[in-house]
Amino acid sequence: MILNGYLVPGKPLPLLAPEKNPAWAELRRGFETAREEIAASGADLLLLYSTQWLNVIGHQIQADPKPEWVHVDQDFHAFGTMPYAFRMDPGFAKVYEATARERGLHARTVSYRGFPLDSGVIQALQLLNPDNAIPACVVGCNMYADRAETIVLGKAAAAAIEQAGRKAVVVAVSALSNRVFPRQIDPKEDRIYSAKDDEWNRKILEMLGEGRLEDVSQVARDFAAQASGEQRGKAFWWLASAMGQTNGYDGKVHAYGPLWGSGGTVVSLTPNSAKDRCREFDEGEVQTFTGDRGVLSAAEAARATEPPSPQPPASSPIRTDAAPKPVGAYPHARREGDLLFLSGIGPRQAGTDAIPGGPVRDAEGRPLPYDAAAQTKAVIENIKIILEASGSSLDKVVDCQCFLIDMARDFKAFNAVYASYFTTIQATRTTVEVRALPTPIAVEIKVIAKVG
Amino acid sequence: MNGQIVAGVLAPHPPHLVYAENPPQNEPRSEGGWEGLRWGYERLRKKLAETDYEVLVVHSPHWKTRTGTHVLAVPELSGLSVDPIFPNLFRYKFDLKVDVELARAIVAEGRASGLEMVPMENPAFRVDYGTIISCHLANPAWDKPIVAISSSSAHFDYSNEVGEEEMAKLGAATAKAIAKSGKKAVLLASNSLSHRHFTTEPELPEDMSKEHIYHHGQYLWDMKVIQLMKEGRTRELADLMPDFIDQALSECRDGCLSWMLAALGYPTFPAEVYAYGTVIGTGNAVVGWHPEDAMV
Repeated sequence: MILNGYLVPGKPLPLLAPEKNPAWAELRRGFETAREEIAASGADLLLLYSTQWLNVIGHQIQADPKPEWVHVDQDFHAFGTMPYAFRMDPGFAKVYEATARERGLHARTVSYRGFPLDSGVIQALQLLNPDNAIPACVVGCNMYADRAETIVLGKAAAAAIEQAGRKAVVVAVSALSNRVFPRQIDPKEDRIYSAKDDEWNRKILEMLGEGRLEDVSQVARDFAAQASGEQRGKAFWWLASAMGQTNGYDGKVHAYGPLWGSGGTVVSLTPNSAKDRCREFDEGEVQTFTGDRGVLSAAEAARATEPPSPQPPASSPIRTDAAPKPVGAYPHARREGDLLFLSGIGPRQAGTDAIPGGPVRDAEGRPLPYDAAAQTKAVIENIKIILEASGSSLDKVVDCQCFLIDMARDFKAFNAVYASYFTTIQATRTTVEVRALPTPIAVEIKVIAKVG
Repeated sequence: MNGQIVAGVLAPHPPHLVYAENPPQNEPRSEGGWEGLRWGYERLRKKLAETDYEVLVVHSPHWKTRTGTHVLAVPELSGLSVDPIFPNLFRYKFDLKVDVELARAIVAEGRASGLEMVPMENPAFRVDYGTIISCHLANPAWDKPIVAISSSSAHFDYSNEVGEEEMAKLGAATAKAIAKSGKKAVLLASNSLSHRHFTTEPELPEDMSKEHIYHHGQYLWDMKVIQLMKEGRTRELADLMPDFIDQALSECRDGCLSWMLAALGYPTFPAEVYAYGTVIGTGNAVVGWHPEDAMV
């Protein structure tokens, strides 16, 4: 469920230099009020949409469990550095990736050391969640996406929150008006760039203060055109969509002021079922995206006409060098008729036997820290390799038997990764805790799949 | 006043080209791809190896600033550059030197011509991947210092024409600063031409069976622009630039090519076209202007 929604600014002046302008300090206090609300909400996930993280290839979702770096803003480098170390929720990121794909979006998670988080995300996480008490997830803003696609991305966020069972606070990082002074200014003299921008901002804030988020979403195009809204007002579409496309909220404008001429605000929106929830759409309602994501589809179609790969005979043991070697006298899989039975598969990597996420114990049997999500992902990827080498595929799995060595510790992470692969497949599943597995791993899965 | 611009290069920065080369600085590994453009860059590198120069001056669209034109003014910068759009392709360890003296001279000349110029003096700054890629592809040895100039986009946000005027002033200021410095400089304009991307990526990024221009109209625009370059009609190109930007979604909107043409004094001699090719749907040309060749 979504507990609260927020709109916060991305220009990092409230973080870097609140003392230089009273409005920057007011915005900083607005962040502080929002931080207190979030801390009291009982949220177990902060989900951010950032208009400063521009995407080209579909929609990228941050899945590095602990991004860490020293960031310097491209414009405001003279105000100092922004060192950061955040706690993310990679399991949720995978679920979000899956729900986005289900709705026709091209989505992918990213997890790379040194990935450049943007100033807006860094400011939001440092001020709203300074002690990393709540794990976070960030999704980027595709520069080509328009209303329909962004609405679908928001709906996929809501579905992921529901599916993962999170209590989430959602945060849109965006300016209101985004016309800036194209020069260096004395911070003391900062103001909203034009009276027109200020009037538009105040109209939007009036609606948000009344909790009319969907109304703001409906006028986002007009607002963005008139007041140079950041990324054409996409943050409103995403936030409204993720929160259910209603006007049924209690809205609070915690702060509003200039950030180098742009309009910055901290607004909170709390669902209130007693309020009018009627909706008035002036454009078609959209659940899935069917736009130009098929640019490469001609080649995909050509590949689909290629002859199928040869299949093993109707009854045979199957082994492949692409999967980790069995640790006993058994094959990777065995076909019987139209069914394929896989042996229990672990996360070890073919060729190296390396264990993604780390082994659970050292050579002397001493316990080690390990990442159950990484192991689960590696297990499923190994299963995919074996299935495809056997003329089957993951979407043909009909039954899974899952073995965990520590249910209390690992089930949540395991379950999230599992969901990211199997939500649409809907195989039956049994999950049990076992005392140990033959190698120092935490997860093993055995599947039955159809062939052909 | 005997400094000079010895070459100007349209040097686009798709990370795919570095990825396909598998240089030691880049973590991801590929099977190749985009050879047409890469072989063009090879020819450019041979040409630059025969060219006597001391500094690369690069204008990049991925150091996007809205509070003026910023210029790197820290002597040495190093770190890891990760492309936020293609992190799967480009994670590059950089270690570069900056010609701070020339950088400050460009700042001063820009200010004298009425531009908002800002020296970037924060030693923790991460150099943008556009700058790194164009510099790597032109000079992978990194044995020359660079000057890196940001793309000041605020004016383009409101009017291509106003943005173009700013770039013309910046180019002239750059040329003046180089002339006064006594140095021989190569300019790099880190721009693609048409710039509509695919928004999906093949499972294997270097799968060349899936690479083509996004739209035929963009190809026609790219060819028109390249023809003008080949015929030395760069003034006409400058005049057409606002329409090219709008109609081909050109990355020239970030001003790099316009800046360079202005710095070169709008050359009337033919440019050398080293390569043209597409990268994830965008049109890219490697094009050089070599004034000394034109005088022969």
